[in-house]
Amino acid sequence: MSTAHDVLILGGGGAGCSAALHLARRGARVVLFERGLVGSQASGVNYGGVRQNGRHPAELPIARRAREIWARLPELIGTDAEFEVTGHLKLARSAEEEAELAGYMEVARAHDLPLELIGSNRLRERWPWLGPRVVAGAFAPEDGAANPRLLAPALARAARAKGAEINERTPVEQIAHDGADFVVTHGGRTWRAPVALNCMGYWGGTIAARFGEAVPVAPLAPNMLVSEPIPYFIEPNMGVVGGDVYLRQIRRGNVIFGGGRGASDPAVPWARPLPESTLAAMARAVELVPRLAGIHVIRSWTGIDGEMPDGLPVIGPSRTTPGLIHAFGFSGHGFMLGPGIGAILAELVLDGRTDVPLEPFRIDRFALGSAT
Amino acid sequence: MTAMTVAVVGAGPSGTRAVEVLVRAGLRPVWVEEAPATGGRIYQRPPAGTTRSPRDLYGTEGAKAEAIHAAGDRLRAASDWRPGTLAWNIRPGVLDTFRAGRHETVAFDRAILCTGAMERIVPVPGWTLPGVFTLGAAQIALKAQGVAIGSRVAFIGTGPLLWLTATQYLKAGAAVALVLDTTPLRTKARAAAGLLADPATFAKGLALVARLHLAGVRVIEGGTPVALEGTDAVEAVRVRDRRGREHRIACDAVGLGFGLKPESQLADLAGVPFRFEAIERNWVPERDRAGRTPVAGLYLAGDGAGIAGADAAELAGARAAWAVLEDAGAALDAAEIARLDRALARLPRVRAALERAFPYPSALAARTPDATIVCRCEAITAGELRAAARASHVTGGAAEVNRAKAFTRVGMGRCQGRVCGPPAAEILADALGCDVAAVGRLRGQPPVKPIPILAEAAE
Amino acid sequence: MRLVRLADADRPRLAFTLDGAPAEALAGDTLLTAILTNAGHVRASEFGDGNRAGFCWMGVCQDCLVWVDGLGRVRACTTILEPGMAVRRT
Repeated sequence: MSTAHDVLILGGGGAGCSAALHLARRGARVVLFERGLVGSQASGVNYGGVRQNGRHPAELPIARRAREIWARLPELIGTDAEFEVTGHLKLARSAEEEAELAGYMEVARAHDLPLELIGSNRLRERWPWLGPRVVAGAFAPEDGAANPRLLAPALARAARAKGAEINERTPVEQIAHDGADFVVTHGGRTWRAPVALNCMGYWGGTIAARFGEAVPVAPLAPNMLVSEPIPYFIEPNMGVVGGDVYLRQIRRGNVIFGGGRGASDPAVPWARPLPESTLAAMARAVELVPRLAGIHVIRSWTGIDGEMPDGLPVIGPSRTTPGLIHAFGFSGHGFMLGPGIGAILAELVLDGRTDVPLEPFRIDRFALGSAT
Repeated sequence: MTAMTVAVVGAGPSGTRAVEVLVRAGLRPVWVEEAPATGGRIYQRPPAGTTRSPRDLYGTEGAKAEAIHAAGDRLRAASDWRPGTLAWNIRPGVLDTFRAGRHETVAFDRAILCTGAMERIVPVPGWTLPGVFTLGAAQIALKAQGVAIGSRVAFIGTGPLLWLTATQYLKAGAAVALVLDTTPLRTKARAAAGLLADPATFAKGLALVARLHLAGVRVIEGGTPVALEGTDAVEAVRVRDRRGREHRIACDAVGLGFGLKPESQLADLAGVPFRFEAIERNWVPERDRAGRTPVAGLYLAGDGAGIAGADAAELAGARAAWAVLEDAGAALDAAEIARLDRALARLPRVRAALERAFPYPSALAARTPDATIVCRCEAITAGELRAAARASHVTGGAAEVNRAKAFTRVGMGRCQGRVCGPPAAEILADALGCDVAAVGRLRGQPPVKPIPILAEAAE
Repeated sequence: MRLVRLADADRPRLAFTLDGAPAEALAGDTLLTAILTNAGHVRASEFGDGNRAGFCWMGVCQDCLVWVDGLGRVRACTTILEPGMAVRRT
């Protein structure tokens, strides 16, 4: 039996589920395939930051677009996924790092991102619990955090309500292009559509290679921890220049923080936090917030994302196969972008264009200089 | 061979016997134990200077406790003994431990995990009130601290520990307000034939029940706990007898427990596959009769590898140590191994009979009222769990417990679902209309118990 | 609720403080015994559902965590009382 659709979506992370929703809302016949359960890998087990602050300038237009959708989540998907606008505070621990924060102010201005540079004294007035090594901060009041475990399933539910077919526990083992359509077969069933979206995270590299455009994507397993609940006092979501620690507290009281990497094997797939990273992240967290010393960590985790050499995702049309559009390799910071990526992909599919500049994310940027 | 480092985690009956065999073979194992002393939970030691005899403390098992303590005392010096040490993570060849304020790694060539058991719970309304403890807690309080959990204690649950603890309280001079066994007498009677394979245990069991009846203790078999009531602490229990009549019984403490489950978090982190043991109604790590797991260099013994009791744990600990020696090419005592194997082979039948005699009341767990807390760490109710079960239907695919955890935070707290895992699975399976094995088990995550945030990353 | 001493009650008495107030227990007591022979609970649930007073007494349920000055966060049921310990329930 073969079913005809408009779009096949490979991968049920934030990008894929969001694409399913935006396409289905505009009436496209969409089918999504997820190997496990939606939002099980990078989209579901990430830190939960909803952060524009400090993003690569190329990503800011997508982040601005996504942020606008984050504000409308309840009407779109029936839940806010515990999104809370807490602001994001990026901290400097040296003069060099402070200079980097100052330099970013220009980028923020160019993208209309509200951002405030705060010196040492005012920083301590506002957040007296910050540690002595912190010398400056850049505060983005529009940023915040959300619960990553809730977002992708809610997007998938909403997409299904709009008519999208969501297939969990359905790995895409066979995908071919027969000249007109992409054809996916699984368990005796066949699906076909003229368009396929590659939203497979780290495994997006396999799909790209399958269509003759291999990219240097590597597995990335961020090492993350959560503390026991303690009285709420850390309002902003926080990061540092260099990114070796990030930290936030949820209203329930748990402090969620991370830094460094876990171990992973995407072939299984399998990922596990590494004690060395765990202990190092603890030490860095205490440096930012000395009051955390002695508090219990109750759990650590990681998951597998795809990391590109330049830290930017691959987004845009395939250079080898008409109808194939990539959106993968978000390099550890795709959670916030997910809702926007879906909107952009829907525009690429249905309108053939989008206002967001995608040139920096071209898949063939890695081949330049070597493919001669 | 002598260069081989074997790590033994746990110093209960199985850990002690494992270390004994290894030491006799000329090895100096690293012996990691969270408690300050050897003996484990079953033979936990009394405070120094106790005036109670082993018979007072451990009843009919006094001689066994003394023997395990003596072996432990002897073996501490012969091993790299690390008391007060939490093994919070395991990876190939390395244990990550926390001891006296410091994180330390322990390298090993082979490891035997003897991590013991904990109690299985049904979340009766009011079970988080002060004064409500597990049966094991009630027993440890008396044995290791000389205290009763209250002045008028109700014991509710099922299993040998229910009757044993109630009897021990009676003997120690405590007032026992109630013994309620959720298992009807006829279920136990039907299982009696199997229990006769171990006449000593069977006789001990009958003696316990007789003693409680003789003392005039209120005993309800085949009853149901309805609620544990009180405002600042438990003040009464409401129960239903087997005819459905409700009774309210005043008390100031409750011992609650419905059988045991393996403490198997380290085996899980080590990558040992688990299977659902239907008779025991527990997920147990896979191992062969000798304790070998599918993970190279990793061995399991004692209740942590599947509930079998203290006597079995001693045998299994020794046998796992022999398996280590065998796999390392050391000299073996074939006669001793054969003796252990014969003794171990007799165990499953008795165990199965015991489990049939005292089944986990899964229907009672599945019926936990919506407003009742299931996960005491995160204060997640049965109703929230059921709502998540309905929601996950919408995304499609079979729901399972880790998904429920992701959506509701059930099992996400400090104990990592050790306590709420079994009832949460029953509630979820019931809400989804599937078998409890189909909803899976909560996956372990490091650290297996909370560890403090330290300002310095350790060595 | 209060624990009731039934045996080994003639051990040496140890002074400690509970939330800053002087208290007494016996040598060999765990902090759980020491607290619950002096007070009715060990901690409060963070989620507003009331007080807790331990549960498993074997270091698995994590429902008896307290602070001890100099030692940090400990499980009351598996930590032995030392003379002069300053135990804090919050």
